[in-house]
Amino acid sequence: MTTRTNAATFGAAGPNDDIDRPTRLSLYRSLLEVRLLEKRAYDLFLQNLVKGTSHLSLGQEAVASGFAVAMRPDDYTYCTYRGHAHTLARGAPMVGVLGELLGRKCGLMGGKGGSMHLTSVPHGAMGSYAIVGAHLPVAAGAAWSAQYRGTDQVAVCFFGDGTTNIGAFHEALNLAAVWKLPVIFVCENNLYMEYTPIRSVTAVERPAADRAQAYGLEPIEIDGNDADVVYRAARESIARARAGHGPSLIEAKTYRTSGHSRADPAKYRPPGELDEWLERDPISLYRKRLLELGFDEPSLRSIESAVQRAVDEATEAAKASPPSPLEVIERDVWVDGGSSWRN
Amino acid sequence: MAQLTYREAVAAGIAQEMERDERVVFLGEDVADAGGVFKATVGLLERFGPKRVRNTPISEQAIVGAAMGAAMTGLRPIAEIMFSDFLAVCWDMIANEIAKARYMSAGQIALPLVIRTANGAGSRFGAQHSQSVENWAMSVPGLKVVAPSTAADAKGLLAAAVRDPDPVIFFEHKALYASKGEVPDGELVDRLGTAKVLREGSDVTLVALAAMVPRALEAAQRLEQEERISATVIDLRSLVPLDTRTLQAETAKTGRLYTVEENPRLCGWGAEIASIAAEEWFYELDGPIIRITTPHVPLPAADALEDNILPTVQRIVETVRRTAG
Repeated sequence: MTTRTNAATFGAAGPNDDIDRPTRLSLYRSLLEVRLLEKRAYDLFLQNLVKGTSHLSLGQEAVASGFAVAMRPDDYTYCTYRGHAHTLARGAPMVGVLGELLGRKCGLMGGKGGSMHLTSVPHGAMGSYAIVGAHLPVAAGAAWSAQYRGTDQVAVCFFGDGTTNIGAFHEALNLAAVWKLPVIFVCENNLYMEYTPIRSVTAVERPAADRAQAYGLEPIEIDGNDADVVYRAARESIARARAGHGPSLIEAKTYRTSGHSRADPAKYRPPGELDEWLERDPISLYRKRLLELGFDEPSLRSIESAVQRAVDEATEAAKASPPSPLEVIERDVWVDGGSSWRN
Repeated sequence: MAQLTYREAVAAGIAQEMERDERVVFLGEDVADAGGVFKATVGLLERFGPKRVRNTPISEQAIVGAAMGAAMTGLRPIAEIMFSDFLAVCWDMIANEIAKARYMSAGQIALPLVIRTANGAGSRFGAQHSQSVENWAMSVPGLKVVAPSTAADAKGLLAAAVRDPDPVIFFEHKALYASKGEVPDGELVDRLGTAKVLREGSDVTLVALAAMVPRALEAAQRLEQEERISATVIDLRSLVPLDTRTLQAETAKTGRLYTVEENPRLCGWGAEIASIAAEEWFYELDGPIIRITTPHVPLPAADALEDNILPTVQRIVETVRRTAG
């Protein structure tokens, strides 16, 4: 098994002049949007305004933002039940996301999907899939469609480390490689498969990167907490896919600083682990980087307060929205708008 | 009119739609060079090329998942799952993803796709290659379910399924692939959700699907000759949508309703029809609704066993004779 990493070609801090200033600000804004909105979502759980379950990406935002900023508006995102970050990062409106969590009419899907199924097709967010692994073949299919139609769109498919042990992962990777599909598979390795350390249930050390060669792909492991590194990896893998060179499999090392879901206090973490990762928090890391690169404090603060304001306004708007109306229950099973199964 | 086998009619239906619409693409195991293990896709690769007719690995989740991804991004894929038993391998894709995506997304996603599959017994393949699983598909909200019994219906209903904007599970019957029938020349497009009355009688109404249709017809003939019992035979053709109007009208004329089902007993499609009839047309019935089904056991392989486990013409005749008085 190779232990080669691709730091040189994929991502790692370079001379730092390869990412322009507006892009860096977009990255910072995106990171903040995801973080502040998810913190708000958590507060709303505590107030019992969000029912059901929810899976936050706190600590993992750089993966979502780094890719979303590198994507074209007509590219496709496929993500998991931990999908608030990816859906928001593609530009889905905050009020639609919060409204969906709150079960309101203004929700992205009017309350019919819920936290685990956020979808915003106009923003290329093609769905959040809550059965582990299911969306990898679907993303391959969207990439096949782009290849067939000759559009040079790409599909980016995000999933957790636990997904690398389910059959659909293998089927999708193999098909994508054989058909040279323009799809990028991004494993967010946050070290835990739900409550269980991934290494204790996986035959290889790096759950995605160490499997890449089985599909004739290069093993790629990146720092998933550094938005610049993720952005560079995204830029390169997307360019490869657009040029017809086929899929990539990227393992982004990261850490979720909250539990697996709302119900999980994350007591399985060894002492000190959380603190170590909090020191590498993607948002403080990026803020520091921006200051080092000469961005001034007031302009960063103005972004921060603008994003906070947007989250506050979206919260109020979502709370003011009426509950999902009952007439949607039998709507939209079929394209004709209805659900009739007989005459 | 041309005489085509059922398998030729399937290929003709796919070809008609691929010719008409460039968005129609086709994928499955052994479907291209080999023309399908049931030879139902012979000639498609030569005619439409490897970009539109694609062989896949043995990866049912990837086949159906890729069809889903392609359908939600502008194509109209036809996916082949070689044996309907293998739907179990990709049932997550079908029941959890494809069937629910439109509803969960409040109509943002449309999935105009067809999953074709070879269903049913009669080939001595044993319990994992012979099942009739149309009732699995029928039980999941969000799927349309079609099962033709003739060559003309195979072509016409397949074309209708491809043009339908929603996901359709299209059950072809293995035992019918070699059967021949008249298929009208030129473009043929049928309508989903329409049952066909194949024979009008006055005493009993037999409702059948796929390979049970020719058996019901033969049984009706024998009932007429041997028992002077006059039977209506309805080919259901589609389970979702379900043509309950035709069923009700034809049941009202005879007062007796029989279902002839190849799926195993529990929760077979006839149970739903019986329940609708009992709830809604009870006073038009002159006797109990009788279901003639495969017993609730896995399918055995040996010819003597397989021949006797499905509803046979003899069993249909005897059941009706015993109960129709």
